[in-house]
Amino acid sequence: MKTRMRPAIALIAASALLGGCSMLPTFKPIEPWVKPYERERLADPIMKLSRDSLPEKHFEHVRDVREAARGATGVQGGGCGCN
Amino acid sequence: MAATRRSNARLRAGGVARLRGLRAARRRAALLRRLAGLIGGVLAASGARAVDLPEDHAEALYHLYNGGGVTAQGPALLVRKSIADKVSLTGTYYVDAVSNASIDVVTTASPYRETRQEFALSGDYVYRDSQITVAASTSHEPDYVANNGSIDVTQEVFGGMTNVSLGFSRGSDRVTKKGSPEFQDHATHWQYRLGATQILTPRWLMSANFEALSDDGFLGSPYRVARVFGAAVPERNPRTRTGRAVKLRLIGDLGNRDAMHLEYRYFRDTWAIKAHTAELGYSRYLGQAWLADAYARYYTQSHALFYSDNAISETTYVSRNRQLSTFNDGSLGAKLSYTVRKIPGRYEVKLNGAYEYTRFKFKDFTDVRTGSLYGYSSSVVQLYVSAIY
Repeated sequence: MKTRMRPAIALIAASALLGGCSMLPTFKPIEPWVKPYERERLADPIMKLSRDSLPEKHFEHVRDVREAARGATGVQGGGCGCN
Repeated sequence: MAATRRSNARLRAGGVARLRGLRAARRRAALLRRLAGLIGGVLAASGARAVDLPEDHAEALYHLYNGGGVTAQGPALLVRKSIADKVSLTGTYYVDAVSNASIDVVTTASPYRETRQEFALSGDYVYRDSQITVAASTSHEPDYVANNGSIDVTQEVFGGMTNVSLGFSRGSDRVTKKGSPEFQDHATHWQYRLGATQILTPRWLMSANFEALSDDGFLGSPYRVARVFGAAVPERNPRTRTGRAVKLRLIGDLGNRDAMHLEYRYFRDTWAIKAHTAELGYSRYLGQAWLADAYARYYTQSHALFYSDNAISETTYVSRNRQLSTFNDGSLGAKLSYTVRKIPGRYEVKLNGAYEYTRFKFKDFTDVRTGSLYGYSSSVVQLYVSAIY
């Protein structure tokens, strides 16, 4: 099993190193499919996951002290442990 | 004859097995090629891009919470300024003036007023495709002091289509009790988070966040009481708690200067609480200067193992903290932003207002005054000015 896995690992490592090159057509890397010039709509404030930090912090605090669930809000930093 | 048939059958079976093996090997090879391509693509696509520092901006907020006999309000300020295009510093000041006459307070103690103040300072440093954020905060109440430190790293990969983040926070709290100088305890909090934001199409993006939370020390309230055989006793909580939270978000441009978002979070912890949160929202520009948002949010949780409305046996741990009971709440919220002035590339000033109505329904927490299940409504109001400069 080990000997069968070794070529596979070597293959992944080699293709990862050669990822940028197009020497091996079968290992053609997956290109980012949304180009920077196609991201205009995504840059609009309406598309932001988090727009203003103080109002978000306030909502997070209001919920943290009333609901048992916390975390994974996607906001950086930790909430204060205040009661 | 029979032996020949068996032999032929074995040969056919062997042939089919070899064919299946060959197909499986081809599938594995194809999978490896795709995996290798993906890894190579992610590494190669990093290129010579660089992330930008967050824009300089300021926010001044007045916030109000009113519900269940509690009113909390106050101002909050935030100022962010970059230095030499490499570092951005943010200072935050937040005040919560609380007037508390909640059901716990009116049934077991006297209403009170107190003020909480929080100061926070953070710095963002950008290097190529990475951003490092270091933050510290301190929060003071008359009987509770909380200090927190955190570090977060985000990295753009795959040609800027993917943003991965890692973070760690540690909090240290000192807990005291008014009128009882002999009571003094502490609590420590650790949070480890991991996240990824992925551009899916020119109009849609999604994010996935995971966070592990660990708490140690005094994790209750020195004032709150539990009920055992109808008698009030001080609550007794475990001194450790570990939780896990996973959140998925999807946001999409609908093509008519409007967008929608969908969020779901699952939480569970070692106190046996399981919680689900779901949110659906819609945003739309109205003319050139107005942006309106509306959303609906639903939250539901199951109670902690040691929660009891009125315990009928003596146990090591017992609590009647309704935050640990079985309940659900539903919210409807709206936000309106008005751009007062905008000079592209120079500055922008916005006036904003937000309102949220929430209805809480408790399933195993009774109002001892009436004997019926407790429930209440709350309102959140936010009025703020935000500016980019």
